[in-house]
Amino acid sequence: MSRLDYTVNVDEYLALNKYEVDEESAHIELAEDQDPAEFDKLIMVCPAALYKRDEDGNVSFDYAGCLECGTCRIICGDTIIKKWENPGPTMGVEYRFG
Amino acid sequence: MADFDAIVVGAGCAGSVAAYELASAGKSVLVVERGNFAGAKNMTGGRIYSHALKLVFPNFEEEAPLERRITHERISLMSDDANFTIDFSSKAMKQEGRDSYSVLRGPFDQWLAGKAEEAGAEFIYGIAVESLVKDDAGKICGVRAGEDEITAEVVLLCDGVNSLLTAEAVGAKRPPASAIAVGIKEVIELPASVITDRVLAASDDEGAAWLIAGDSTKGTFGGGFMYTNRESISLGVVAGIEATATHGRAPVYQMLEDLKSHDAVAPLIQGGKVVEHSGHMVPEGGINIMPPLVGDGVLLAGESAMMCINLGYQVRGMDYAVAAGMHAGREAARAIDAGDTSAEGLSSYVAALEASFVLRDLRQYRKVPAFMEGFTRMFDGYPQTVRDLMNGMFVVDGEPMPPMKKQVTGALKSVGVMNLVKDARGVMKAL
Repeated sequence: MSRLDYTVNVDEYLALNKYEVDEESAHIELAEDQDPAEFDKLIMVCPAALYKRDEDGNVSFDYAGCLECGTCRIICGDTIIKKWENPGPTMGVEYRFG
Repeated sequence: MADFDAIVVGAGCAGSVAAYELASAGKSVLVVERGNFAGAKNMTGGRIYSHALKLVFPNFEEEAPLERRITHERISLMSDDANFTIDFSSKAMKQEGRDSYSVLRGPFDQWLAGKAEEAGAEFIYGIAVESLVKDDAGKICGVRAGEDEITAEVVLLCDGVNSLLTAEAVGAKRPPASAIAVGIKEVIELPASVITDRVLAASDDEGAAWLIAGDSTKGTFGGGFMYTNRESISLGVVAGIEATATHGRAPVYQMLEDLKSHDAVAPLIQGGKVVEHSGHMVPEGGINIMPPLVGDGVLLAGESAMMCINLGYQVRGMDYAVAAGMHAGREAARAIDAGDTSAEGLSSYVAALEASFVLRDLRQYRKVPAFMEGFTRMFDGYPQTVRDLMNGMFVVDGEPMPPMKKQVTGALKSVGVMNLVKDARGVMKAL
């Protein structure tokens, strides 16, 4: 098993959270041309598991479940994270417990 | 004439306390919070040490939505197949002003914001400050949020570890990934009495804090944590961002999932229901990554200023934020009265923090972050050594027992006596 592999389905946990997703605009954007090694870092540290690579090696990213922690900005802000903004007014995650 | 005497960005521990102090001093205050209510974007492990809060709200125990008073401190060395725990309890931990409480930031921050509101502060929710307004001389004199521009004599940035404004305000650099950890947490609901019984607490008002080194992060820099709330358990992992990204042995969410099924943890949460999954950064670099605390027309308090320490057995941020918020509010009010909210006029805030535990603690333990990150055997090595020692003591299979001395030297050989000496010296120097 590679260190990047995982068995947990984080999406099921995210489904328990309350979100108001901004369908109009993404508050995080990735560079078009992505260094795979940088993407791997995001797979390792994003607590919401938003950065994924499937069995065929295709990568995907979905900002909808973002926890707005900023970890991706810290690790890849100089490389493949091209934009990191707070979600628009009233949008994003809303912690009930926190 | 400015719209407000002061604008506070962020309604967390630092922001709401600062707003409370300013409003109590008769200043007009606007708090701009990007969450739809105070706490909506905030997360803690977590536990707050009461001393700082008590200075501002002497009767907070009676009104704040506290979860449980922490009366058991547990620290563990965990290997994949064993776990060694120290459980400490003490009457001193129960004394007013020396005690600590588990909290959930949703309810807690709403209470804190309510205190500021009662004192006269105004709040806007659901909108993030996008940028700062500066006058011709470059002094900060307001904020921009959406279409609006609102001005003030002083702006207090209490917008957390992921502040997007401190660069513009005081030239703060984005902190390096080696100095920041990522926290991931799940809130797991269980009946209050079940939690009380499982952690051996005396009542539903008391509970435990637990920090775990070793297998909780699969052996890389970081640790697991558990705090008992009244009717839930906060369970999570804090992992160094750089260490995990470059040589972590599993993604952080898998670390947490595996921690939940570890033999030492599973019985504690058995039958519980996950109700929230959250993430938040922890500015473990502390004073080493602290930006300037004041600029012309602006000051920083709480995690936007990286006010945090993690000593492995003691993790603190909220009490620093409360104390910094208190000083920030008081000194900002004083500067407004004096008619000088320049960096010079606000410098008494820094002096107040220097004189308080906030900067004294952060300075005292400034070497800890770098030491901890290089303390690899604490996460991978010592947990296994301790397991081997304990297995030698507690596992009996009828085979003739070797002398204890031989067992101990055997276990120590696995890490190396020189390494042990080196690490002991490192601990002494850092702490």
